[in-house]
Amino acid sequence: MNARTTRVLQCSAVLVAAGLVLTACGSSDDSNSSGQSKSPSFSGRGPITYVAAKDSSGVTEKVIDTWNKQHPKEKVTFVALPGDPDSQRQQMIQNAQTKSDAYTVLSLDVVWSSEFAAHQWIDQLPTAQFPLGKMLKPTVETGKYRDNLYAVPASSDGGMLYYRSDLLKKAGVSTPPTTWAQMQAACAKVKKLPEAKDMSCYAGQFQKYEGLTVNFAEAVNSAGGVITDAGGKPDVDTPAAKKGLDFLVDSLKDGTIPKEAVTYQEEDGRQAFQNGKLVFLRNWPYVYSLAEKSKVGGKFAVAPLPGLDGAGSSSLGGHNVALSSFAKNKATALDFMKFFTSQETATTFLEDASMAPPYESLYDDRALVKQYPYLPVLKKSILNAAPRPRVVQYGDASSAIQQQAYAALTGEKSSAQALKDLQADLQKLSAQ
Amino acid sequence: MATRTPPETAAKRPPRPAAGRAGRPPAPEKARRGRKPATAGTGRMAALLVSPTLLVLTVVVLYPTLMALQESLYGTKGLDPKTGFISDTEPFVGLKNYADIFGQAGDRFWNAFFNTTFFTVVTVGLETVIGVIMALIMHKAFSGRALVRASILIPWAVPTAISGLLWRWIFNSDGIANSLIGHQILWTTEGFHAKVAVIIAEVWKTAPFIGLLVLAGLQVIPKEVYEAARMDGASPVRQFCHITLPLVKPALLVAVLFRCLDALRMFDLPYILIGAQKNSVETLSMLAQNEASNVRFGPAAAYAVLLFVYVLLIALGFVRLLGADLVGDAGGPRRAKRRSLLRRTPALTAEVPA
Amino acid sequence: MTTTVKWRTWLLYLGVAGVVAYCLAPFYWMVVSSLRRTSDIFDTSLIPSSVSFENYEAVFSPSQGFGRALLNSLIVAGTTTVLALLLATFTAYAMARLEFRFKRLILTLIIATSMFPVVSIVVPLLKLFTDIGWINTYQAMIVPSMSFVLPLAVWNLTTFFRQMPDELEQAAMIDGCTRGQAFRKIIIPLAAPGIFTTAIIIFIAAWNEFLIALSMTNRPSVQTAPVAISKFTGATQFDIPFGSQMAAGVLVTVPLVIMVLLFQRRIVAGLTAGAAK
Repeated sequence: MNARTTRVLQCSAVLVAAGLVLTACGSSDDSNSSGQSKSPSFSGRGPITYVAAKDSSGVTEKVIDTWNKQHPKEKVTFVALPGDPDSQRQQMIQNAQTKSDAYTVLSLDVVWSSEFAAHQWIDQLPTAQFPLGKMLKPTVETGKYRDNLYAVPASSDGGMLYYRSDLLKKAGVSTPPTTWAQMQAACAKVKKLPEAKDMSCYAGQFQKYEGLTVNFAEAVNSAGGVITDAGGKPDVDTPAAKKGLDFLVDSLKDGTIPKEAVTYQEEDGRQAFQNGKLVFLRNWPYVYSLAEKSKVGGKFAVAPLPGLDGAGSSSLGGHNVALSSFAKNKATALDFMKFFTSQETATTFLEDASMAPPYESLYDDRALVKQYPYLPVLKKSILNAAPRPRVVQYGDASSAIQQQAYAALTGEKSSAQALKDLQADLQKLSAQ
Repeated sequence: MATRTPPETAAKRPPRPAAGRAGRPPAPEKARRGRKPATAGTGRMAALLVSPTLLVLTVVVLYPTLMALQESLYGTKGLDPKTGFISDTEPFVGLKNYADIFGQAGDRFWNAFFNTTFFTVVTVGLETVIGVIMALIMHKAFSGRALVRASILIPWAVPTAISGLLWRWIFNSDGIANSLIGHQILWTTEGFHAKVAVIIAEVWKTAPFIGLLVLAGLQVIPKEVYEAARMDGASPVRQFCHITLPLVKPALLVAVLFRCLDALRMFDLPYILIGAQKNSVETLSMLAQNEASNVRFGPAAAYAVLLFVYVLLIALGFVRLLGADLVGDAGGPRRAKRRSLLRRTPALTAEVPA
Repeated sequence: MTTTVKWRTWLLYLGVAGVVAYCLAPFYWMVVSSLRRTSDIFDTSLIPSSVSFENYEAVFSPSQGFGRALLNSLIVAGTTTVLALLLATFTAYAMARLEFRFKRLILTLIIATSMFPVVSIVVPLLKLFTDIGWINTYQAMIVPSMSFVLPLAVWNLTTFFRQMPDELEQAAMIDGCTRGQAFRKIIIPLAAPGIFTTAIIIFIAAWNEFLIALSMTNRPSVQTAPVAISKFTGATQFDIPFGSQMAAGVLVTVPLVIMVLLFQRRIVAGLTAGAAK
């Protein structure tokens, strides 16, 4: 009896037959409904919790307060988790393993959706209840698993190219580059300026962590390659993918990317850019307002990411909200999720915390664009974005990508070998 | 003590002269084991004194450990390709998780095993030397000693996560470490320098631990012992080797032993400072954590069990080799040494009722 | 003769300076980083260009609940220290002074419990504490913390007690003391440095315990300081508030050290008081 209970409590693992399952991995509606036999009823009203990283801007609390004033009998308590995404995921998984009802509505990183859905840690959601049509399509896709909705976008994020507009102008480059070749040409001109002699051209996030997966995927996608194909099968050992990876590897070799960039996370790149060491930087929108207050304030602008033959493709960031399977008061929870993902709430988050919204129309709102000049660029970036591999064992897939990409960047392996090994690793994962 | 008097009667009987005991042959150590243990009263009292500790440890550590042991025999749950859902039960796989660790994941395991061992040997070695020096300095009387003690306490008191962040900042590519040595080393990339960074940060943080415990050991050495030695004309080095070291040895051994246990389980520092999945610094604990974070609890538990066995073997070997008297029932040899010191020191023997 | 003494004094002070510099240099960097403005947090100048307390203000902004977290840490670490020290003293006394069966086995069992990676015991423990309703309680943090420090405490105290000559104790018993009195009045004062050091180590370990404290609580009212620090975030997930993290690090470390200094005299004096009799 004791052993059985323990088995049940510890049972929450994936793997043996878990494949790389993409949304597109066509499974019929019938099989879905059979798998969804315990279809949630969303019944019960009363107090619930909202679980997310602590929000230093205080906007989350503000939004929740608004809800609580309108729903005194269905109060939402904010359970703040650590800022580090790995700790957040760990806490949520622990909660699911103990089948605790302490967590009701979860804020999930976009790449966690498949894993949480496959484990049935979160409930399938009724599509009709959310204004998904008004949201940017790529953001909605991140909340789906096997064509069913499990999480609703609350915020989005995309990579942008920050560049030193002052130096480009001085060097006679009038428009920001749209291809890698143009970027290198612009750099060559800028570096002839006396004040830019010691600058490096470009950097992204190349430390061995999730950011490398993001940057690797962007390079591959921007060169026309894919990591997994439309059917969810790994297809990364291709000439196009090699061109993408080679751009990073060669740039590191010839100094276009400074060699210390292999230690860069988001903040290190921002540091280098703000200290005037970089002409171009790939980073998220959060840098904009911080850099405005730094030495390079007023001297930079943003553009969509460049690619091999034309505009590049960004990886998609952001957070979705989902409903824990083990929660109580699911009717309240569903209402709260609708409220939390409404356009109104998204506007508040954008205005007060500069959080990129999932709603398309906000990117064209004049007042908002005046406040955040990068919005049109960000919209392009998100619309052009390719999702990171949407797989159940995302953690393993991302580790494999980091392992091989890092080996190629640090010269441990040739890019051809790295891609070959990555293809093999990903295939092994999908075969399991 | 071979002829230890039961405590109840001890009060009624005059104690035997110390000198007589010191001369006792070490042989009874073995004989005692076979003998009937002390009276039932002592046993009951011991049980009373020991059981609260055992209770807490059983609930919090022993039970989860046994759970993990069992968990390690189960595989990971499968995905039903038709529904896209993960099954509810984990399959029983026997020792397959262990076989996999030595088989397909062998390279990674042995690399982590080597790193763990390397870190333990180097950091504990350095910490012991630095810690003992710290203790010797703190033991000297000088003005401002309290402040020095406080500053030694600081590295140990900083929370590990914070000290990991601090050192990552220091070893940043544009950080203070590089600007001080005037040469850019990419500390957090793969390579020996990553190990060096971890060792520097770890030794800084934990040398004070050994320092504090050894200092306490020094403080209970009676001053008279040194005075006697000085009268005998022993040089400071001789004093250190022949008096300080033997007398402080039990405290030092406990400190080093527990440092080893912690160093063998090292996780936070390399994880925060250098990052996950860096071959140069990956330890066994990091492997276990990595499996668990990818929701493979069976293999994660198997790694934890292997680590446990490794730590246990090291600890047993350590106790066997260096300090049998730590676990020993009464510590014959150490005691004898102390006695002989006492005998040579008339001032002290006078204090001890004989 | 005097030159040797002088030379030795110099050497001592040189050693003292070296040790202090070694311990404090990284800590100095922590303090300096915490005093920088957010905008020049990336500086590497040894002295901050302009001192700012904005990071400390950020730490103590009401939404962080840091004051409350410090208090919780004090309660958890304080209770852990007292209880663990008490249990460990009992056990260590038995180990050092009593003859009984399975002693070696028990000592081995006790130390064996600090050989398992903590990451691997969190989930079973979480399940257990959920079942008995201990989530969001102090005891859910105190009991695990106690178990993490007990092995060291027992082993360390055992060595110290064993080092005390038992002739003194026996003499006291002849004088009419009971076994307990003899222990309290003779052994504890003599072993005071060992007991005090053990207490410091227990306290610091409990004060800095993170994983259990994070997993067993989900309300700000019971979270401890390390948990509160882990929740310091920037405006977004990428923007790391390094300055406030370092400020918080200073704020959890300095009171600890001051407290140790203050208590040191009092506790040691209290422990030694019995010996005078």
